[in-house]
Amino acid sequence: MCTYLTENIAATGSGKGSDGWFRLSEVSVYLDHPAHALADHTLNIDFKNPRQGPSARVAVELTAETARALVKAIEATLAAAPPGLV
Amino acid sequence: MNEALTAETVTITGNSGDEIEAYFARPQGQDSFAGVVVIHHMPGYDSAMKEIARKFAAHGYAAAMPNLYYREAPGASPDDAAAIARANGGVPDERLVGDVAGAADYLRGLASCNGKIGVIGYCSGGRQSFLAACSLQLDAAVDCYGGAVVNVPQGAPASMKPLIGLAKDLSCPLLGLFGADDKFPTPEETAELSQVLDGFGKAHEFHTFAGAGHAFFSVDRAAYRVEAATEGWAKVWDFFGRYLAG
Repeated sequence: MCTYLTENIAATGSGKGSDGWFRLSEVSVYLDHPAHALADHTLNIDFKNPRQGPSARVAVELTAETARALVKAIEATLAAAPPGLV
Repeated sequence: MNEALTAETVTITGNSGDEIEAYFARPQGQDSFAGVVVIHHMPGYDSAMKEIARKFAAHGYAAAMPNLYYREAPGASPDDAAAIARANGGVPDERLVGDVAGAADYLRGLASCNGKIGVIGYCSGGRQSFLAACSLQLDAAVDCYGGAVVNVPQGAPASMKPLIGLAKDLSCPLLGLFGADDKFPTPEETAELSQVLDGFGKAHEFHTFAGAGHAFFSVDRAAYRVEAATEGWAKVWDFFGRYLAG
């Protein structure tokens, strides 16, 4: 199926796309067909800056299992940071 | 059938007179042929879809596939363009109809075209094939697992409406190819569509393949199902052979 299930957040940071590093302005998280991953549906994340054009995008397509593990890893890493660092 | 063909990128006049890119493939050494407008899937105007356009040319049809995301991302890679289009809520229905009309006009304008035009679409393009066939005068239409015809999925943009209300306007015979395991559309939804088309006396034939889900024609994806795809292509050749012959 083609879903339109999407979460968008504003982003501050940088990503490295096909043309090198660029400043991020948005992150889109959505569930849909992957372009490359070998699965019917994946959790897709686009780190992007639309003002810099379509190619200012870092894309990942993750299985649901990997996506959930990633969420935990990010939370664990941030929680383990020394006080005042982040 | 010698399968000789030529394929190239061309410019066609789409909705609102916009000049848009299209992939065009035609048979070689054939005095007369019908035209087929190919509507690409939601992941975009990619190599796999261009392969499908060439497949039609190899089977004796001139095929034109408009790049539905050209306006959002001219020259971008297909996946980047698809991401932009998706983020914008997909292709507006009115624009789609205009782009298909432009591709059909391009094909009708070919010196060797017999004047018959079919349309085929995959995934979101399946829905759009039905939309085009209810909005334009065509000769045959194929809907390959198009969702959001009977019901619109959760999270869809507000502009996306069900199309079943257009069934009375279907201008040509419709072939539907679906997977029994698909969720959008479900077999119950395609059965409902068939019932509505029956009520209006609209010629159609639907086939639902066991062991297949959405996107079973996609040879480069995990969803590919060789049995359903092989049988499905045979249905397409038979259907277009009957309705697009000169």
